[in-house]
Amino acid sequence: MIGLLHQILSGLVTGGIYASVALALVMIYQSTHHVNFAQGEMATFSTYIALALIEAGLPYWGAFLATVVISFVMGAVIQIVLMRPMANAPVLSSVGVFIGLLLVFNSVTGWIFSYTIKSFPSPFEASRPLLGGFLSPHELGATVVTLVVLAAVYLFFRHTKLGLAMRAAAFNPVSSRLVGIRVGHMLALGWGLAATLGAVAGMMVAPVVFLDPNMMAGILLYAFAGALLGGIDNPAGAVIGGFAVGVIENLGGAYVVGTELKLSLALFTIVAVLVFRPNGLFGRVLVTRV
Amino acid sequence: MPKLLEAIGLHAAYGASKVLHGIDFLVEEGGVTCLLGANGAGKTTTLRAISGMVRTSGEIHFAGARIDGRATEDIARAGIAHVPDGRGTFMELTVEENLRLGAYTRPDRAFREDLAHVFDYFPRLQQRLHQQAGTLSGGEQQMLAIGRALLLRPRLLLLDEPSFGLAPLIVEEVFDILHRINREQRMSILVVEQNANLALAISERAYLLETGRMVMAGSAADLASNEAVRRSYLGF
Ligand SMILES: Nc1ncnc2c1ncn2[C@@H]1O[C@H](COP(=O)(O)OP(=O)(O)OP(=O)(O)O)[C@@H](O)[C@H]1O
Ligand SMILES: [Mg+2]
Repeated sequence: MIGLLHQILSGLVTGGIYASVALALVMIYQSTHHVNFAQGEMATFSTYIALALIEAGLPYWGAFLATVVISFVMGAVIQIVLMRPMANAPVLSSVGVFIGLLLVFNSVTGWIFSYTIKSFPSPFEASRPLLGGFLSPHELGATVVTLVVLAAVYLFFRHTKLGLAMRAAAFNPVSSRLVGIRVGHMLALGWGLAATLGAVAGMMVAPVVFLDPNMMAGILLYAFAGALLGGIDNPAGAVIGGFAVGVIENLGGAYVVGTELKLSLALFTIVAVLVFRPNGLFGRVLVTRV
Repeated sequence: MPKLLEAIGLHAAYGASKVLHGIDFLVEEGGVTCLLGANGAGKTTTLRAISGMVRTSGEIHFAGARIDGRATEDIARAGIAHVPDGRGTFMELTVEENLRLGAYTRPDRAFREDLAHVFDYFPRLQQRLHQQAGTLSGGEQQMLAIGRALLLRPRLLLLDEPSFGLAPLIVEEVFDILHRINREQRMSILVVEQNANLALAISERAYLLETGRMVMAGSAADLASNEAVRRSYLGF
């Protein structure tokens, strides 16, 4: 019983990481109708930047904030330089650009920062176990950071004019322009925000899994499974899906398939969702009357 | 009445297919102008040309400035609200969010006051405020689209077939309200319609478009009494 609770709790901790990346995927999907396969590699790159800043002598939270800003700019620039010209391109060339972006980020990361595995510091005390040994301080701290970020994103999209305009621009660019929204700016902001979400996820997971250029590859797969499970066009659903996949992964790993085959659970989830509920558990079934 | 909008030798094309072949027209400040024409004549394209949504050549002057070649969002910001073909509803968003988007370029405080005016014209929208816009009936969506356009506080309102797909009673209601908006707010309106009777009844000026060329221009009364127009477009 205690063991089960432990598995669920630590599943929720990794689930938070998946939820952040899943939300980033959904944000891009809503405006481009493509999955940004490079989201994970972008996050890894950001995490290396954070490490470089920390090694250069910045205090942890200073490096954290700087990385958030740098990642935001990086995401926005990618949208403006690479994605904008692709806006009306056929599906396959868009997919090609995303895959290309993944490969470029992966090799540039390896080339600049080397392929050797590095450890990444945690801002939270490492030793003292919390909650009767259930969670480490880093796990608890990382989960709090993740929840704060997710809540901030939610409040931003629900309750600010800019957040509303970004949603509108993603759903209906033509009508958005007619009410005076600068759609191009909104899409760039969306990419910036998605890159920021990935960066925070990367920095929170790196102390646990260690940093190497392929750090996010598996995480992206779990996040994708979470996004699909919740509904690829539903941000709240994707977040719930991300947490759910974290728990499924942990329980499955502990009691069903064993840790070695855990990643196959992500694939299994993806296939199962695609077969049985293509819109996901909370996928938007658009009600329209004409 | 001074002219608010004027097009001179306006051409428009989708890729290689040319749709407007050098048309001239003007919209007077405070008046209602209608643009009539059969299916595929180029009415929607004319409104898209004004809003910078298609490639054009020729001149478009609005309130004393050239607006041709400008970005759609800048033309909206210059004071032209466009209720597009198909109404342009943000289906996934609530009625309230749709209305907020209409006021996107306006200060928050102005939105509250302007919203009261919109509810004055369309009380039904107030009851539907928190409903998903995609669930509204066609008539309600048309009202939402007009309300959204009014919240921009435009100097010119472009309407693309406001009667499209609506029951006759609703169409009359919508046109009554448009007439009120024109009189009470001195709102200048350019309306595109296939329902020529209704459009002519609320207009002062009228134009007739045929396969991308302006074939008739004059007062609404002139067009309404013209033998050819009556036979082809008014059905009596
Ligand atoms: N997006 C487009 N791409 C290519 N051709 C188009 C496009 N939209 C319209 N056309 C063509 O341009 C011509 C004029 O179309 P337009 O929609 O302006 O006519 P309309 O007068 O509004 O007709 P309707 O009464 O059917 O709305 C038509 O021949 C149409 O096929
Ligand atoms: Mg039309």
